[in-house]
Amino acid sequence: MSGLERQQIADRVAQEFQDGWIVNLGVGMPTMCSNTPIDADILYHAENGVIGYGPVLPAGQEDVHLVNAGGQNVSLNPGAAIVHHADSFGIIRSGRIDVTVLGIYEVACNGDFANWKVAGANGGGIGGAMDLAACAKQVFVILEHTTRDGSPRLLRECALPVTARGVVSLVATNLGLFKPLGDRFLLREIAPGVTVDQVRAATGAPVEVPADLKVIKIL
Amino acid sequence: MAKRSKVFESFADAVADIPDGASIAFGGFAYPGVPFNLIAALLKQGAKGLTCITNGTGGSAPDRMPDIGMLVQNDQVAKVVASFTAPTRASDRIPLTQYVAEGKVVAELVPQGTLAERLRAAGCGIPAFYTPTAVGTELAAGRETRVFGGREYLLEEALPVDVAFIRAWKADTAGNLLFRRSQRNFNPLMAMAAKMTIVEVEEDFLEPGAIDPDDVHTASIFVHRMVKIPAAPEGLWPGRRPERAPAKENPERAAPKEKQS
Repeated sequence: MSGLERQQIADRVAQEFQDGWIVNLGVGMPTMCSNTPIDADILYHAENGVIGYGPVLPAGQEDVHLVNAGGQNVSLNPGAAIVHHADSFGIIRSGRIDVTVLGIYEVACNGDFANWKVAGANGGGIGGAMDLAACAKQVFVILEHTTRDGSPRLLRECALPVTARGVVSLVATNLGLFKPLGDRFLLREIAPGVTVDQVRAATGAPVEVPADLKVIKIL
Repeated sequence: MAKRSKVFESFADAVADIPDGASIAFGGFAYPGVPFNLIAALLKQGAKGLTCITNGTGGSAPDRMPDIGMLVQNDQVAKVVASFTAPTRASDRIPLTQYVAEGKVVAELVPQGTLAERLRAAGCGIPAFYTPTAVGTELAAGRETRVFGGREYLLEEALPVDVAFIRAWKADTAGNLLFRRSQRNFNPLMAMAAKMTIVEVEEDFLEPGAIDPDDVHTASIFVHRMVKIPAAPEGLWPGRRPERAPAKENPERAAPKEKQS
């Protein structure tokens, strides 16, 4: 029941991107969305003020003055621009980011999610996630469907401290693609080789399954 | 009478008079723009009871570049204001965690955009502002909010600092700065938020006028002391940042898509 691999989850999310979108990718699995070949012109924005970055450069070819939000040495696409941190978050807060994709710990069917503080931690790691979550036009989240010990991470209510409330519009996991609908998740598409019963058993909230359920196409 | 030069001969000279209890903003994001040489000098200088304003406190490897975590380990820090005060992976460890747990250091966790804007506000003479960020979260509990246009916003106060440590690419001897690529990040904001800004500069100092006024990122008004970074190994010049072990991925797909333009 493992379902999709990490890159395959990212691939499915990237296929939601539309031509001309300004996209901010979070650290971890979300950055893998930029590996997906899609037929859309995307402007990638990073919190550190890099607008229009391109692929990560291999060792020896990197520009040590240039990183994305994950600290990776990226390249710049033609037409790129650099702004300082306050302008970069001005872009975020003023609602100019079409979508942010964030790696997270938990998501609830009411659209709340948690990704900055693990259980029992003193302090946390927020980075730009709260600004992005509160202000991007859309928030997509990527996560493994369950914890390592098999507990669900798609829940009725978040158990961990939330990053923002009611903002998530798309959830991608190794088992499928979901839309939070308030009191339940809609299963938009299911991973190949995974059954609806397996999805329901691994989910901590009701799952609505459409009659014409589609299977995620692997690129 | 000639004006006193902003150019200092050594990092030790530039940080010599920083007092115990100072608040210091440290620029940089990942490696670009981090004032590694000034941090190293402050570790030797030994001022205590510092409040450190920074995006993050650095890593955990013993051979890492100088970072705020080292100042913490050197018992120089009373408070950290940062957008990362604990690792996002439960398995990771940073030095700050233990000092906070033992009550030796206070950690104030601030969303990154709020941190940037609090510094910007301080540098612009604005005492406070409202932001939608963190509304409805633990960070907003018990704090003042206000509704504008039907949406709830959280009151945040400006974050003025005594000193800013930043790193720039080029500088003229008047103190005009130019940053390269993502080296800019927090640095112009911190320079404006500080009473005194100390800059480590990568290129040889230029004569005033050599940087076109239209190209100046941080005006000389905000710059007080500068030191040219010497060649390695005396000076610290970061290379590629070591990446954390990547999660499993298909190697054929590891290279990002080449963009068509």
